[in-house]
Amino acid sequence: MAETINMPKLGFDMQEGLLVRWVKNEGENVNKGDVLAEIETDKATVEVESSASGVVRKLLVEAGSIVPIGDPIAVVGSADEVISEQLSVSSKKVADEKPLPSAPTIAPVAQTAAAVQEGPVKASPLAKKIARDNKVDLSRVQGTGPGGRIVRKDIETALAGGALTVDRRPQTVISVPPSTVYRPPSTEDQVIQTTKLRQAIGRRLVESKQTVPHFYVTHEFRMEALLDMRKQINAYLPDNEKVSVNDFILKGVALSLRQFPNLNATIKGNEVVQFGHVHVGVAVTVPGGLMTVVVKDTDQKTLRQISGEVKAMAARAREGKVKPDDVEGSTFSTSNLGMYDVEDFIAIINPPEAAILAISSAREVPVVESGELKVGWRMKATISVDHRVSDGAEAAQFMQALAGFLENPVRMLV
Amino acid sequence: MAKITMREAISQALMEEMDRDPAVFIMGEEVGVWGGTYAVTKGFYDKYGPQRIKDTPIAENAIIGAAIGAAMVGQRPIAELMTINFAFSAMDYIINQAPKLRYMFGGQFSVPMVIRAVGGGGRQLGATHSQTPDAVFAHFPGLKVVSPGTPEDAKGLLKSAIRSNDPILFIEHATMYQVRGEVPDGEYLIPIGQSKIQRAGRDVTIVTYCKGLELSMKAADELAKEDIEAEIVDLRTLRPLDMGPVLESFKKTNRAIVVEEGWKSYGVGSEIVSRIYEEAFDYVDAPIIRVAQKEVPLPYNRALEQAALPQVHDIIEAVKEVLK
Repeated sequence: MAETINMPKLGFDMQEGLLVRWVKNEGENVNKGDVLAEIETDKATVEVESSASGVVRKLLVEAGSIVPIGDPIAVVGSADEVISEQLSVSSKKVADEKPLPSAPTIAPVAQTAAAVQEGPVKASPLAKKIARDNKVDLSRVQGTGPGGRIVRKDIETALAGGALTVDRRPQTVISVPPSTVYRPPSTEDQVIQTTKLRQAIGRRLVESKQTVPHFYVTHEFRMEALLDMRKQINAYLPDNEKVSVNDFILKGVALSLRQFPNLNATIKGNEVVQFGHVHVGVAVTVPGGLMTVVVKDTDQKTLRQISGEVKAMAARAREGKVKPDDVEGSTFSTSNLGMYDVEDFIAIINPPEAAILAISSAREVPVVESGELKVGWRMKATISVDHRVSDGAEAAQFMQALAGFLENPVRMLV
Repeated sequence: MAKITMREAISQALMEEMDRDPAVFIMGEEVGVWGGTYAVTKGFYDKYGPQRIKDTPIAENAIIGAAIGAAMVGQRPIAELMTINFAFSAMDYIINQAPKLRYMFGGQFSVPMVIRAVGGGGRQLGATHSQTPDAVFAHFPGLKVVSPGTPEDAKGLLKSAIRSNDPILFIEHATMYQVRGEVPDGEYLIPIGQSKIQRAGRDVTIVTYCKGLELSMKAADELAKEDIEAEIVDLRTLRPLDMGPVLESFKKTNRAIVVEEGWKSYGVGSEIVSRIYEEAFDYVDAPIIRVAQKEVPLPYNRALEQAALPQVHDIIEAVKEVLK
């Protein structure tokens, strides 16, 4: 019996995915678990695995299509099997999905930028007009008309729900052609199409900054002991396994969160849910935005385990190939700009979490100790906390607890 | 207001206009001594005599041709075609002469005549006597085409037609002479070229005329039981076509069907749908559906004939389809 492969749900808030590329073509053999296609979701480009073994009989959507979750994308079966049943089940939905036009790129640009060009959205003329008048992004509206057509009702529902007024009309993506002759930078305004990732970041952080009452506590950490210990540890490790300052901080944060479960939490109405696990998220810069990879049970892991996992996940994130598991489930997030010589900065809470830690550079600075001016290594970090969940005193005590680990790093090894 | 039949309404209109204007006279097959095939002119012969109620030979081109001549010299003839299917025998007069003479002679002549014709299927008269070719006649500029769906409209429009100085084809439906409806007391006229909302509704617009109005009203009553309120726009006149109420209604409901008894291809529905797309495109929320006759010569067999003609359930289904 041939099997229909559907657009998987790869995140709790995923509603549709952009099928970036087919890895398998029609007629190719495929084993269960083989990568069938690459999907770009709001968060990442992820690989879709075949849930069946056999021959790829039919690819139901073209690369570049945006497909709602659960909609069929391919049929896998034996080579000579009749698959008309699967096709007829899927044809109604598939007929609505039209391929996106390829972007009019002039020179190579980031693939994600080209791939999210808006394609023909199936909507009634009236729906299109209302959407245009209200700057509603039709690609974000779920159509309920025949064949998924967006009709007036759907736009009105979307407008009532709000948060859809993102103008995503296709814009020409332009990059500067390589040239040996000096040319002055263009004085024309450049309009850059935002990626799905950029849009997701925008949505989530607007929601966070507008609905979560943030407060901030900054603490300065003495870093000499940690830097010494890192030097000692790394002396025994091969280059590709060396631990970073951030790995220490992650471990310290995780252990501190065990003492302050209220900051390892989320608020739901009148209830604060303190998470049983400590999964610390690490913000990673990726092309077109930022992604949070998650070290599961950070408090239970050794420095080397933490280090290895973060390296692997960050690499996958930068290549646009994170696994859903890499980016899901964080209970507390961290953002580290230490490598950019930053004195201090503050971060926006990553919803639905209750707090985030913004970690700056460890710097050699003048310090006063016992009345004497000395040179020391200091690092500032600022925690942003949801005031509905916690207060300044608790956050300050958390920072002290964190200092207890970072300034006495041997405690993190036992 | 009196409740009278379509037959009585038409008969009243004819009689009132004959009484009012001595230039008005009637000619056609069996209109006199027999009182008309559908008994519309029963009693007219006795009242007005053979001079004004003229029985003619079975020769439609002669009937229409003579009427045109009479109209050109100042009379107001009402020429009756026993069925609109016989108009094809007089096509040159109806299409090439009557609507074009005033234009061709630079206004020296006008042709103030009415051609009353009985159209429509449903009476088992066979493929050649049951047609609804209204759209054919509405195609030609110069010929006004009127086709009422209620006794009130029939009377008011026919009186206006008789007083018009241009030729008018007035199409009555063969199965609607017994339809009853309220008619205003006293004399009244209804201007030619005005569509009318016959039933108010919020959910969907049904554009129709003549027999389609009767069917659509029944369908709307059924739909109302399911809380679907259809607004019905009666065209009443196919040429000149008044899109005002159609567009007004459509801009409110954003969904429409067109119901006509003629064939779908190149029909009245095609015209209405095109106009909506041209003039209210940004208000379209679903494709507009045409309900029309099946594309076959109308069968004689009763069951087959009914299967080929648009029915109330076809309208209900179409409405539900556009509301999906």
